[in-house]
Amino acid sequence: MSFVLTCPWCGPREVTDFAYGGEIRDAAPGGEDRREVFGHAYLRRNVAGEQTEWWFHRSGCRAWFLARRDTRDNTVHWTAPVQRAGSA
Amino acid sequence: MRRPAPAPGEQIERARRISFSFDGRSVPAYEGDTIASALFAAGQRTFSRSFKYHRPRGLLCCSGQCANCLVAVDGAPGVRACTEPARDGLRVEHLNARPSLEHDAMAVVDRLPSRALPVGFYYKTFQRPRRLWPLYERILRSAAGLGRLPRQQAQRSWETEYRRRHADVLVVGAGAAGLSAAITAAQLGADVVLADEDVRPGGRLLDEGGHELAAQLTQRARDAGVELLSRAAVLGYYDGLSPVWQGSTLHQVRAPRHIYATGTIEQPLLFADNDRPGIMLSGGARRLLARYGLTPGTRAVVATVGERGLQAALALQRAGVSVAAVADARRQSGSSAAALRAAGVSMLDGATVRRAHGRRALTAVTLATVGGAERTIRADLLVVSGGDAPAVALPSQAGVRTVYDPRSGVVGLGELPPGIGAAGSVIGDADVLESGRLAGLRAAHALGLGDEHSRESERMLAAALGAEPAALNGAAPVPPDAVAPLPAAASGGRVVVCSCEDVTTKELSQAVWEGFDSIELAKRYSTVTMGPCQGRMCQLACIRLVADATGRPAQEIGSTTARPPWSTVPLGVLAGRPFEPAKRTALHDRHRALHADVRWAGDWRRAYDYGDPAAEARHVAAHVGVIDVSTLGKLLVRGPDAAALLDRLYPSAMSTLAVGRARYGVLTSETGRISDDGTVCRLDVETFYVTTTSSGAGAVEQWFSWWLTDWGLDATVTDVTQALTALNLAGPGARLVLGAVADLDCSNAAFPYLHVRHANVASVPCLLVRLGFTGELGYELHFSSAHAEHVWGALFAAGAAEQLRPFGLEAQRQLRLEKHHVIVGQDTDSESTPFSSGMGWTVKLAREADFIGRPALTLAAAAEAEQVLVGLALPDGPLPAEGAVVLDQAGRPAGQVTSARVGPRLGRALGLAWVPAALARDGAGVTVADGERRLAATVATTPPYDPQGSVLRS
Repeated sequence: MSFVLTCPWCGPREVTDFAYGGEIRDAAPGGEDRREVFGHAYLRRNVAGEQTEWWFHRSGCRAWFLARRDTRDNTVHWTAPVQRAGSA
Repeated sequence: MRRPAPAPGEQIERARRISFSFDGRSVPAYEGDTIASALFAAGQRTFSRSFKYHRPRGLLCCSGQCANCLVAVDGAPGVRACTEPARDGLRVEHLNARPSLEHDAMAVVDRLPSRALPVGFYYKTFQRPRRLWPLYERILRSAAGLGRLPRQQAQRSWETEYRRRHADVLVVGAGAAGLSAAITAAQLGADVVLADEDVRPGGRLLDEGGHELAAQLTQRARDAGVELLSRAAVLGYYDGLSPVWQGSTLHQVRAPRHIYATGTIEQPLLFADNDRPGIMLSGGARRLLARYGLTPGTRAVVATVGERGLQAALALQRAGVSVAAVADARRQSGSSAAALRAAGVSMLDGATVRRAHGRRALTAVTLATVGGAERTIRADLLVVSGGDAPAVALPSQAGVRTVYDPRSGVVGLGELPPGIGAAGSVIGDADVLESGRLAGLRAAHALGLGDEHSRESERMLAAALGAEPAALNGAAPVPPDAVAPLPAAASGGRVVVCSCEDVTTKELSQAVWEGFDSIELAKRYSTVTMGPCQGRMCQLACIRLVADATGRPAQEIGSTTARPPWSTVPLGVLAGRPFEPAKRTALHDRHRALHADVRWAGDWRRAYDYGDPAAEARHVAAHVGVIDVSTLGKLLVRGPDAAALLDRLYPSAMSTLAVGRARYGVLTSETGRISDDGTVCRLDVETFYVTTTSSGAGAVEQWFSWWLTDWGLDATVTDVTQALTALNLAGPGARLVLGAVADLDCSNAAFPYLHVRHANVASVPCLLVRLGFTGELGYELHFSSAHAEHVWGALFAAGAAEQLRPFGLEAQRQLRLEKHHVIVGQDTDSESTPFSSGMGWTVKLAREADFIGRPALTLAAAAEAEQVLVGLALPDGPLPAEGAVVLDQAGRPAGQVTSARVGPRLGRALGLAWVPAALARDGAGVTVADGERRLAATVATTPPYDPQGSVLRS
């Protein structure tokens, strides 16, 4: 599994520079349904195809960003900072 | 041996003499010699003994491809003498012969009938009786193997540097084609790395009189800015990344365009006793002549299937070697043949070798024509040229399909996938310079470089090279599969097909007959192609033999899968540097000066004790002590949303923390498990100072940063762990000591427990927090590491009157245990929730704000924990080990002891343990199983020392 990820701030680096943060998920379910809590904590869609996911530049600027990658062949379509408006 | 007059382009420097030892004797050499060339010059002809039959072996390829010259250099085995430069003072030893290369006791195996050690014999013999297996193993181990590793670890260590190299183009092979490709791409602006195994660029040019052209091309490559790596082996292909091993550096070269100009590998011929010393590939013989000024023999027979062998015969003849006969398997002849005839050399058409004579050295060669007539010719050198197999292994790893071409009798490359190019003889192009230029143009254009002019050049070249490649010198080579090996039974002797693993043609046929009738199965059963040459010398011959034995055409057989590493590489190079970074606090030298026992705590170096940890602990309780806690993680969380961020990260509310106050904080995961703990201090409305466990700083910063990014809150998290030194001053005398150095009212009223103050300590700005991990009156000082030694010194000066002494990690652990203070990671594990760990009070489910793990914690709060963390009063005697098992009432394992010490204040043994919930009542008796011992312990749910915390708050 060897590919290049482009950190939005530092530029292209070997994937080993980064820590993987998993696919993006919906917010945690509000209720206390055991199945829902378990599902949110442990289960992932785990698609064979394109997914949007989190990466952390562990050996560099230590910032979090998103990437869109095809899990079948590790083609990375884009990497980008998280775009958010306003605060909580 | 006196070497002939210097040849132009030779590699040796005759003015510089050196010497090394081989099996204890001194061997003279020139700078530029290889170990093998110097040994050959000194008369050495047997370089190794074969793997199974211990047959004597001599130089065959002279270019690092076969395994005939493996030796140990300075204790490290597996070195190819024919490519390893000779250096002054080296200690070289042979590998697998006892007592010597000349007289090997194991050679008796070669005299056994073939029935005794058939192919795969270890699946058939040495099986029964099974109880004798240890004996068989000892015999087999001493009989097999190629050398011994040095026993001392220090002698086996390997320093390797990893280097990441992102380039535009990686060209593999610096022969004429590779140089041409590299120059072309670089001149169009590409960033090119050119990797080559040889000591200098040029490939076959260096052995066939083209050294001037090689030098010119090398200079042009340098001028164009090509990064040239010599003595560099490309090991494989990994999704666009090729590791290249060069000396003590492993270059990880990533290039979107790869060009393979790996050339061809000359193949040996198959005949009876085809592995004797004195039998050389034509390329090997020419290399000895051209580079090292050595005549490979005095009276030679040349056997060839193509032009290459004839040109070698001419070169030998011109160098003064008597060429007794040339056997050409072809019936046609060209200009080389005519030149040889004109020089009086006896030429036999349609002929090949039937058998070699001699054992330690060649004495004669029996040739046979297709009609059957034989001639035996006296000779000490047999030069063979059995065809040129394209070196397809590396491009094959890169995804290029390989195809057997029955017309040429070799396995070649099929269609090239995107990103992969090839040039030169590996793809059968005769005009190697133009072939390289085309590959270079294609690579540069694919990168977006070049212009209309260069694109036009590419089109024209592609058209010119697309035509059928003109055969060299007008005479096509005979496909090597047309030169059938003659059955060994006809004249005795072994026909060796895989010389690395010592497998004969008869054995390979036997394997197929036994049912291993595919190339992959036959390989695994017979071990052909699995030796150091990795099939360079034998893959092609094995394909043809399997085809013969199964009655299928060779193009249906396929090749065995090419795998990395393509070249022999020490494991140490792949393992990387033994690298153990040690983090030290700014006071490390102070601890050393105080004779502290410094130990590892994660990747930190910490003072475990200063000689007597129990005494240190008692001193803290009675007087005052100071401990260096700089290893604690320290994060500054600031911004308008800082409080909101922490509210959502922690199960407790942090926004309710007043400015100037501190609070214990336990971090939980999304599944409600404890992940870290520390202190949260509020410095002002928008600024929080968070401490973490020593090993958790990085992970907590990563965690905070992630949620911050996801929620898009307006705050920043800054890791200041290394910037600040932290000291914990604890004991009844702590107030007086601090008061003497700080410009602050330290009275209990002015500076209560869990409050935060800013003050100057010995004139250094300091953050002060009143905490009590040890259970005594205590202050934590946080300040810039630049002033660490100054503040430490000032504390001790001021603290002399109060008998201030340092205390270490062990004393701290003893003190905290009497307060039942939990150490996350020691007393808790990845499954522990705050509720089962006695920290349920940190979880504020009643508050409105959502926080991480809330649903899971709500469920955990309602659930019955199976095991609960409690204190234990232990009986006198040896302490139970950490991890000692707690038994339930039925005597089954149901928990464990996580900490156990003799309490410094109590003077008796106590601990923390996970016990079944049913037994978690104060005073309940539990049994601890510690190895064979059974201990009767009592549960204590309140801490034995100062349970109300009045000492902490005093």
